[in-house]
Amino acid sequence: MASSAVHGVGTAAGLSLPPAVPTCAAHRNLGDRLFRLLLRAAGATVLLLVVGLAVEMIVGAMPALRAFGWRFLVTSVWDPVAEHFGAVPFVYGTLLSSLLALLIAVPLGVGAAIYLAELAPGWVRPPVAFLVELVAAVPSVVYGLWGIFVLSPLLRTWVQPALGKTLGFLPLFQGPPYGVGMLAAGIVLAIMVVPFITAVSREVLLAVPNSQREAALALGATRWETTRLAVLRYGRSGIIGAILLGLGRALGETMAVTMVIGNRPEVALSLFAPGYTMASVIANEFTEATSDLYLSALIEIGLLLLVVTVAVNALARLLVWSVGGAVKAVRE
Amino acid sequence: MKPAGRRVVNVIMAWLTALAAGAVILPLLMIFGFLLFQGASAVNVDFFTHLPKPVGEDGGGMANAIVGSLVLVGMAAGIGLPIGILGGVYLAESRDRRLPWVVRFLADVLNGVPSIVVGIFAYTLVVLPMRRFSAFAGAVALAVIMLPIVVRTSEEIVRLVPSSLREAALALGIPEWKVVLRVVLPTARAGIITGVMVAVARVAGETAPLLFTAFGNRFWHQRLDQPIAALPLQIFAYAIAPYDDWHRQAWAGALVLIGMVFVVSLAARLATRGRFSGVR
Repeated sequence: MASSAVHGVGTAAGLSLPPAVPTCAAHRNLGDRLFRLLLRAAGATVLLLVVGLAVEMIVGAMPALRAFGWRFLVTSVWDPVAEHFGAVPFVYGTLLSSLLALLIAVPLGVGAAIYLAELAPGWVRPPVAFLVELVAAVPSVVYGLWGIFVLSPLLRTWVQPALGKTLGFLPLFQGPPYGVGMLAAGIVLAIMVVPFITAVSREVLLAVPNSQREAALALGATRWETTRLAVLRYGRSGIIGAILLGLGRALGETMAVTMVIGNRPEVALSLFAPGYTMASVIANEFTEATSDLYLSALIEIGLLLLVVTVAVNALARLLVWSVGGAVKAVRE
Repeated sequence: MKPAGRRVVNVIMAWLTALAAGAVILPLLMIFGFLLFQGASAVNVDFFTHLPKPVGEDGGGMANAIVGSLVLVGMAAGIGLPIGILGGVYLAESRDRRLPWVVRFLADVLNGVPSIVVGIFAYTLVVLPMRRFSAFAGAVALAVIMLPIVVRTSEEIVRLVPSSLREAALALGIPEWKVVLRVVLPTARAGIITGVMVAVARVAGETAPLLFTAFGNRFWHQRLDQPIAALPLQIFAYAIAPYDDWHRQAWAGALVLIGMVFVVSLAARLATRGRFSGVR
C-alpha cells in the first residue's frame, strides 16, 4: 500500500521538474564515469541472472527434451527405474490445486479488499491491513507443518466424511478420507495466496479516483452501490491482475503443498485422493535423481513451471499497470 | 428497489466483506495459537544452545540450524544487497534509453519465478561445478530471491528523494557519484532499510531453494563449502519424520522462525514510520 503512494509522488515529481542531473559533458569526471559504470553493471547483473537462469534451465532440460519431445507433456507414466517420464500427473495436480485455491481465495480476498478499501470504518483499516501483511509473511514450511498436524486430521475426521455423505454422488467427493490430498493442498494454498490477492486488490481499489465515488454518491447511491457500480467496474482489470498474481504464487508454491498433498503421481478426479505437483516432485526427488536423464526430466518440469509462472505473472502485471496507467491519465 | 431495501443490502454487504476480511486473518491467529500451544514448551535454553539429539533421546536443540540460517541469510545479504541497492539507484537515476526498462521488467519477472526453480538454478550454477552441496550455494539461491525485491523497493524510494536536494548539491560543484552516495542514499536510508528487511524476512523462511543447495546438516558446519543446517530445512525434516519428539521440536522451530520473521517485519514497518514521512 505504501508503494502506490510512492509511485504517485515519484511520477508527479518527474513531470513537474527537469531531469535531476544535468547532462553537461564537462561535469563528467573520472569518478562519475566509473560510478555510472558500476550502476550499469548492477543493473546488467539482473539481466544476466534472468538470461542465465533461462539458459541453464533449457540446457539442463535438453537430454529429457531430446529423449521424450512432446510426449513428455502427454504421458502420465513416471517410472524412474525404467526411465519413462511423463509430466501429466504433476501438471494436473498443480493446475487442480491452484484452481481449488483460487475458488476459495478469490471471494475472500476480493471481499476483504473491498472491506479494507471501501466499507470499513477508518480505525479498522490500518491494523487489519497489517495483519493481512503478516499472513503473507508466515513461511511456507510453517503452513505445511500446520497442514500436516492440524488441517489434515480435521479434514479426515470431520470435513471429508461430512462432504462424502452429502455430496458423495459427485465424483469430486468420493473415496476414502485420507486427510492429506488435493483438498488439503487447495485449502493451504488458498490461505497462502489470499493475502496477496487482498493486498494487490486493495491497492487497485485505492488507485480508483475519488471522482468516481463522488459521482455515484451524489446520485444517491449507497456505499455498496458506489463500490459495485463505480469502483469495482473501474478497477476490474486490476483485480483480475491481482487474482492472476495469486495464481502465479499458487502454481510455484512448494513446501506447504509438498507436505500435505500426499505425493502420489496419479491423475484422480476426487479431491480426497492424494496427488502431486510440479514443484513438489522437484522438491522430493531432485536429490534422489540417480541418472542424468532422471535429473534432466525434473529440470524440464522446472522449466515448464518457469514458463507458466512467468506468463501468468507478466499478464497479471500488465493488467495491474493498466489500472494504474488509467488513473494517471485521469489525474493529468 | 425501495430505499429501505437498498440500505439493507448495503449493511449486509458491509458485514459480508467484513467476514471475508476476518476469514483472511483467521488462519494467522489459528496458526500462531497452535504454535504457542505446541511449541512453547519445547523452546528453552537447550533449544538455542544444543545440537539435535538422535531419535529417542530427550532434549537437544536446533542451535546449528539457527546459526546456519543466520549465516545463510547474512551471506545472501552480503551478495544481494550491494547489487540490489546499486541496481535500484541505476533504475531511478539512469538516463539510459532501453536498459532500465528491460531491467525493471526482468526484476519483476525474477520476483515471480518460483523459489524451487531458483534452487535448480543455484544447483547448476554452484553445486555442479563445486561437486558438493554447500552453504555458499544456498546463499546464492537466497541472494537471487532477495535481489528483485531490493532492486524495486530501492528504486521507488530513491525516486522519492526530492530533485531540489540533488540540484542543491550539484550546484555546489559536487560530482554526481558523491551526490548519490552522500545526499541521495542517506536521504532514502529509512526506506531502503525497509526494503532490505522485507527481503530478509522473505528469505529467512525459504525452504525449497535450500533443499538441494545448502542441503541441511545435523551437526555444526565446519566450512562454508560444506552442507549447512537451516531452520526451515530442519523444521521440514522433523515434520515429515514419524517421531513424536521430533514433531515437538518442529513446532518449537516453527515458533522461533516465525518469531524471527515477525520481528524483522515489524522492524521494517517501524523504520518506515520513523523517518520515511520526512522524505515525502
